Amino acid sequence: MPSHPQLAAEFIQDKDRAHWHDQSLWFVRSKRDKAAQQLPEWELLREQASQIKQHTVSRLPDLLEEFERNATARGVHVHWARNATEHNEIVHGILKKHNVSRVVKSKSMLTEECHLNPYLERHGIEIIDTDLGERIVQMQNMPPSHIVMPAIHIKKEEIGELFHEKLGTEKGATDPQYLTEAARQHLRQKFIQAEAGITGVNFAIAETGGFVVCTNEGNADLGTSLNKLHIACMGIEKLIPRAGDLSVFLRLLARSATGQPITTYSSHFHGPAPGQEMHIVLLDNGRSEISGSDEFRRSLNCIRCAACMNTCPVYRRSGGYSYSNTVPGPIGSILGPARDPKANSTLPFACSLCGSCTDVCPVKIDLHHQLLTWRKEIRVKGFLPFSKRLSMKMMSWMMQVPRLYKLGGKMARWIVPKLPRFLLYNRLNDWGKQRELPEFPKQSFREWMKQNHDKQ
Amino acid sequence: MTSSKDEILSKLRKQSVPPVELPDLEAPELTQRWIQYPDPTAQFAEVLSGVGGVCYQVKDIAEANQKLAELAAFSEARKVCSQISGCGDPNVSIAEITDPHDFEDIDFAILPGEYAVAENGAVWITNDGGPARVLYFLAQHVALFVPASAVVNNMPEAYQRLAFASNSFGTFMSGPSKTADIEQSLVIGAHGARSLSVFLVEDAFQTN
Repeated sequence: MPSHPQLAAEFIQDKDRAHWHDQSLWFVRSKRDKAAQQLPEWELLREQASQIKQHTVSRLPDLLEEFERNATARGVHVHWARNATEHNEIVHGILKKHNVSRVVKSKSMLTEECHLNPYLERHGIEIIDTDLGERIVQMQNMPPSHIVMPAIHIKKEEIGELFHEKLGTEKGATDPQYLTEAARQHLRQKFIQAEAGITGVNFAIAETGGFVVCTNEGNADLGTSLNKLHIACMGIEKLIPRAGDLSVFLRLLARSATGQPITTYSSHFHGPAPGQEMHIVLLDNGRSEISGSDEFRRSLNCIRCAACMNTCPVYRRSGGYSYSNTVPGPIGSILGPARDPKANSTLPFACSLCGSCTDVCPVKIDLHHQLLTWRKEIRVKGFLPFSKRLSMKMMSWMMQVPRLYKLGGKMARWIVPKLPRFLLYNRLNDWGKQRELPEFPKQSFREWMKQNHDKQ
Repeated sequence: MTSSKDEILSKLRKQSVPPVELPDLEAPELTQRWIQYPDPTAQFAEVLSGVGGVCYQVKDIAEANQKLAELAAFSEARKVCSQISGCGDPNVSIAEITDPHDFEDIDFAILPGEYAVAENGAVWITNDGGPARVLYFLAQHVALFVPASAVVNNMPEAYQRLAFASNSFGTFMSGPSKTADIEQSLVIGAHGARSLSVFLVEDAFQTN
């Protein structure tokens, strides 16, 4: 798998697009700030949310059993899956039992994580993503590049071209209103024809055995209210203890995600409708390992609002695909290595440690601290590339001998300004990529201190 | 062979996770800090219009009928459903429908909402999950009727009123269906209702 720096380098080759991507996300981040400022109790809410989530993880096995008990009492079938394979087999098994060949799915990053779509397609089942952004990337045969706005990286001209080819819209049409209308007509047909609806889960409530799904388009509701079969797929960390806790989380989620006061539809499902069958699949897939780790446990607080990626200067400039992980950005750079540290070894380094992610996180995950911890872990596990290890070693060697450091600085100040560009800006100098080196000062700080300060 | 459930639970049980106390959300030092509005109804109307909906404050169903008649979406509607007695002059009877698919071509649905939330312009609706549930999402245009006295300030107040004992389904609806998935341009009317009107009705009214 190509590393983050490699993929990011490809993304920033198109400077205009990278700039446009950066601006689009900053716009969302600004909306989030305005929404947060509307509530004077914002910081208190973050504190409550963080505590509730940490409590949940500390009692996860009991709460999961409580949830299963209460959901079962409401007539819901509860399934447990250790990993993605088991998850997909369970979902396929339910669909097969009901002879379902057409499924509509509302957005669920968990089923992306499990690669459910290709699995079901291999078994001859049509599965249509119904969130507009997800439908767009599905038509392109690509995964989402962002967990809340899956098609944030695609321009309307490209969507116009795609819809012309797939949905027969007018060639050259780029008006979002017109394109959305075409998608509405297309997807309404799919809703009507489908035999089962799959949704993700934003929150599951131990106390009541119910769960909540949030969308702006109403696609989860259409998909489930037209069908006799509803399958909900959730990670075990999506649990909260009490229904009242939603009063905290629903106030934080949409404001943090897109700056809306709440999602258009926040639907609470408590058991199947009359004549309907409802299933919930609880997935572990590495979450229990994170729960056992003192360093990374708090990453299970995550409610997938994407505020951390919208604010991240690296994500905004490198694009979601550069992470090669279902969840990109700061939180993805913690969850990715937790699942496979070798494959995701470059992700914790895709971070300037600016701490902006930690500042906006509605559930107070100490993101940039965890990213720093991951860097150490990756060094210990031996996944740090040779070039990084070597430069660190050389730096440490030089720093330990003050006279050598002094001499090195002096030489650099003398020679660097005289060097021709091709010697300075080449493959070996990562600092000279995409930017000019700063002008070298005439004297060192030490010399300046001697001259201006120590005299007095 | 142990089941997946046993394996997941036993793995979690073996861990020593330091206990964290669950905050008491009913504690007065918290509840006192939740936002209040001098005029929750005005706040609700303002936030609702910000998310693409419209709020009408009316005395009774007769006044609501007058307002409805002025709405282009209503007067142009060919198929109308109503769950509010004496409202909207419906021509499709909800009671006779057993398959939600039969509501496919409903243009306007007039439906009850339980109460409204000032902080986010949402209306709580609840439903037993029968075929009429789909109307909230499938109808081209939706009007929700809510008692004018049922406007709460914030979500904590909303959840104090909620119970999940009987009905299998409930949702907070805040404005019409929308998306911004194409270059962040807000488009109203993605899959669900193209418009949402909320009627806050002063006098008591009946649902059918």
